[in-house]
Formats: sequence, C-alpha cells, structure tokens
Amino acid sequence: MHPSLSVIFFTTASGAGYGLLALLGVLAPFGMVPADPLFGLVALVLALGAITAGLVSSLFHLGQRQRAWRAFSQWRSSWLSREGVAAVATYLPAGLFGIGWVFLGTVSKAAGLLAALGAVATVFCTSMIYRSLKPVPRWHNRWVVPNYLALGLMSGLLWLVLVLQIFGARPLPAATVPAAIALAAVLKLGYWRFIDAAPATSTAGSATGLGSFGTVRLLEAPHTSENYLLKEMGFSIARKHAAKLRRIAMVLGFGLPFMLSFVPFVASGWPAIAAALLAAILGTVGVFVERWLFFAEARHAVTLYYGRSEV
Amino acid sequence: MTSLPAGPSRKRLGLVIDLDICVGCHACAVNCKEWNTGGVAAPLTDLAPYGADPDGVWFNRVHTYEVGEGPAGRTVHFPRSCLHCAEPACVTVCPTGASFKRAEDGIVLVDEDLCIGCKLCSWACPYGAREFDEDAGVMKKCTLCIDRIYNETFDPEDRVPACVATCPASARHFGDLGDPDSAVSKLVAEREGFDLMAEMGYAPTNKYLPPRPRRQGGGCTSAPARLAPAAPVTTGGLLGWLDRLLSQ
Repeated sequence: MHPSLSVIFFTTASGAGYGLLALLGVLAPFGMVPADPLFGLVALVLALGAITAGLVSSLFHLGQRQRAWRAFSQWRSSWLSREGVAAVATYLPAGLFGIGWVFLGTVSKAAGLLAALGAVATVFCTSMIYRSLKPVPRWHNRWVVPNYLALGLMSGLLWLVLVLQIFGARPLPAATVPAAIALAAVLKLGYWRFIDAAPATSTAGSATGLGSFGTVRLLEAPHTSENYLLKEMGFSIARKHAAKLRRIAMVLGFGLPFMLSFVPFVASGWPAIAAALLAAILGTVGVFVERWLFFAEARHAVTLYYGRSEV
Repeated sequence: MTSLPAGPSRKRLGLVIDLDICVGCHACAVNCKEWNTGGVAAPLTDLAPYGADPDGVWFNRVHTYEVGEGPAGRTVHFPRSCLHCAEPACVTVCPTGASFKRAEDGIVLVDEDLCIGCKLCSWACPYGAREFDEDAGVMKKCTLCIDRIYNETFDPEDRVPACVATCPASARHFGDLGDPDSAVSKLVAEREGFDLMAEMGYAPTNKYLPPRPRRQGGGCTSAPARLAPAAPVTTGGLLGWLDRLLSQ
C-alpha cells in the first residue's frame, strides 16, 4: 500500500495525542498527576494540539475536503465514519475536562473518564479501519488493534513523562514507563513475526480462478504505464530496506526510550528533562517509521492481477 | 446509505465472462471508456494522454496470463471489471453514503456528489474495480451501464452494457444472475462458472467461465494430422484411364 504521508502523520500524531488525553483523563481525577492548572493547560494543549494537527492532516488525504462533514453520516456500517464521530465527540468531554481543570480549578472525574473513553474509542476505530480490510491480509489480523492501542498509549505516555519532568512533579510509579514501552515493543515484534509467517490468503490462481490449470503468470499487463491501482495499492518495498527500517524503528522507537526511561532513577532536574524530551521525540519518530512500514509492507490483493503470485 | 439492502435481492444483474472465448482484443475496455466518458460518471479523466506515462480512469481492464507449463500451457485473456458483489465491502466502508448497492437490481454505484475521495472503498475492493479520478477528486467505477440497460430510447437488443454490446467474439454475456432460469444462470451452471477470490467472502455477482478442456490428439484444432481423400480414388472410366496414364 502506498504510504501516504498525510495518513501516517495523522495516525502517529493523533495516536500520541489520544494516548496522552486518555492518560490525563484517567490519572488526573485520581491525583496521580499535578492538579496545577498550568500543568493541565500545558498537557491538554499538547494532547489536543497533536490530535487536531493529526485530524487536519487527514483532511489532506481527501479529494473533496469541503465535503468532509458528510463522513459523520455512515457510522452504522463504516469504521472510518465511526472514527470521525468518535474523534469529534471526544472534543466535548475533553473540552469540559480542560475548562474545569484549567479555569475552574476542578478536575472532573466524569469528564476525564469520558474523554479517556473517547480517546481509546477513536484509536480503536482507526485501527478497525485497517483491521476490517480483507484484501490486505497484513492488516486483516488480530495484531493490528492491540498494536495501535499500545503504540498510542506508549507515545502518549512518553509525552506525559516529559511534561511531568518539566513541572518537577512526582513521577509515575517506577515500572510504568518501561513496562508500557516493553508491551508496545512486544506487540510490534509479534505483528512482524505474524506477517512474516502467515500463509497466503489469496493467490494469482484464486484471483483469476485459473489455478486449477497450472501456475498463473502475467504475460501482458492491461496498460503500459502505472495506473491508480498500481500507484495506490502496488507500492512495494525492497526486503532489505524493510529489514533495516524495522531495526531503525525498534531501536529509535522502543530501545532508546526504554533505556532513557531509567534516567529519572539516577538523575533529576535538567538531565531527566533532557532524557524525557529525547525519549518522547525518539519514540514518536520510531512510531512514525513503524507506521510507514505498516503501509509499505502491506500487500493488496489487487496486485495479484498484476504479477504478484500471493498475498 | 452504505448499509447493504436488507433481505435477499431477487434480481442480481451482472456479467458472465467466457475465458475460453475472449481473444484479448480490448474492444470491451475501449468501448466502456468511450461510452462512460460521456455517461453518468463522465468524464473518465485521462492524465497526460499523449505523454510518456499516460494514466487515466478505466472501468474495464484486460490482462493476459500464461497458465500452466509446456504443452499443457495456455494463454488466457482476462477482462477485469466490477463484479457487483452481493457483499461489497467497498459499500459498507464508505463513510459518506456515496457508495451504495441498489436493492432493485444489485448494481453497485457511486454518487459522485457525496464522495469525499477518501479512497477507502478502493482499498476494500480486492478486484481493483474502483479507480480514483485525480482531476475530479472522487472515486469512479463500473455502473453496469445503467444508462444503457434501462434506456428505452434504445432498441431492446442494445440495452446491454457497452462491453457486452461490442465484444466481437461474444465472450461477454449480460443478464440476471439472481434468476436461476435466466440464460446467463444456465450458462454458468452448464460451464461451471466460478467466482473470483471466493475466499474473500464478497460473493461476486459476475461469473467467469473457465477455458474448455483441450481436445486430445488433434493438435490445437482437433483436425486430423493428414487430410483424408474427399472421395474414393476412381479406377475406371476416362478419369481412371488418365490417372493410370499420368501415374506411369
């Protein structure tokens, strides 16, 4: 699948934003992050800023942006529509939560938990868009939803740790951050293991129905240059680059933030802030690379008509 | 509404494509383009049509495959277009209601005035039936020529999709595949027509007919290796005498 930058930026930024929003919505009402209105302002602006930037970026993927509002109508059948509804609906409790916290000095448990629920629901809907697509077996499997949720939570948590460090606040319970990173890394490695080993769901033989006559090979394509189908669905990445990019994503996105998450145990003040900043940036870049690979490594069934033997 | 029509749709209009007969002339693709660039989905935009890498929207594409090895190998021409599935995920994933499946005849269509060009329907189609029009910013697809098949200004025999009307080899058939007694349904039953990628669970309406088994012992035409005399050799009369004289 063509790795469209607008969609990759959207899922990365809004994933981190919703992760942060969910954590704030759950932790703040229980006093696990500072009740300081300034902390609330900075953390919520970061969360809602990332979410909004992501959502705006997703509009650039559309051919007719001015009609985007129509996408809220088909929530009964479409995960993309549900995602849109959940994304917009989440702004309401998130906004009330923020107004209460920042301007009225009250951290609302109901608004916080509803905002967290909306955040998780939105990321869940995003992941289900991919999970539900049967023609892309590398998306249509049980690893995709846990990956989106865990990676969103991990990147949100890395940004929360940074804000906590900047405010010199009491850190989260010791093992929380490394554990969240380890969980996300295990799920990502599990996903890669799965897609590398999964048997083909469709072949050129089943796509043409000619498999019973022997091996099906493309003799002549229908057109001489690339068309929409090949540009959008026929993107292929060299195996050696995929392997290298997986290592880069693993080291940048998970390995280094994991190690940096132990810095607060041995140092505080500026070194801890610097470590948290570096971890948040690296983690987000790592997720970006991982998300690029999620698209680039996905194979669409239509490529079976254009010479691929199996997907 | 992108939820699928409830209840069994009795009428399921679609195509039957005979892979035994198709000669790969691309006339169906060309006439499809010709008709539909002036039809309900018009225009089927071409980008750089005279450039080095022409690109454009087509509803019908003809692939050519080699199948099997050596003497058992064969060349199969394979027209590919929308299959108007009974379970079209391209419809249910649509967030705006632009994609829909008609309850009355099962045809899958796009309302271009509602389409936001998110391309998700093209991702959901394993058959590559939908092509995005960069110029119009909306998705386009085969309409089964709804502007021909119901067109009362046409003679009844012309009320078929453009691809069917133009096929010089009669490799394409149009009809109601929901009616077991229709000519197309009987053809499918007789020739053991099949679904493409049945494992996807989309239940395509269009069916493909397999190449017929090759006749044994007679080469590709099944004609005998030597020509037999059309009439017994004459032994008497004037021609017999001439034959004997000339044979000496």
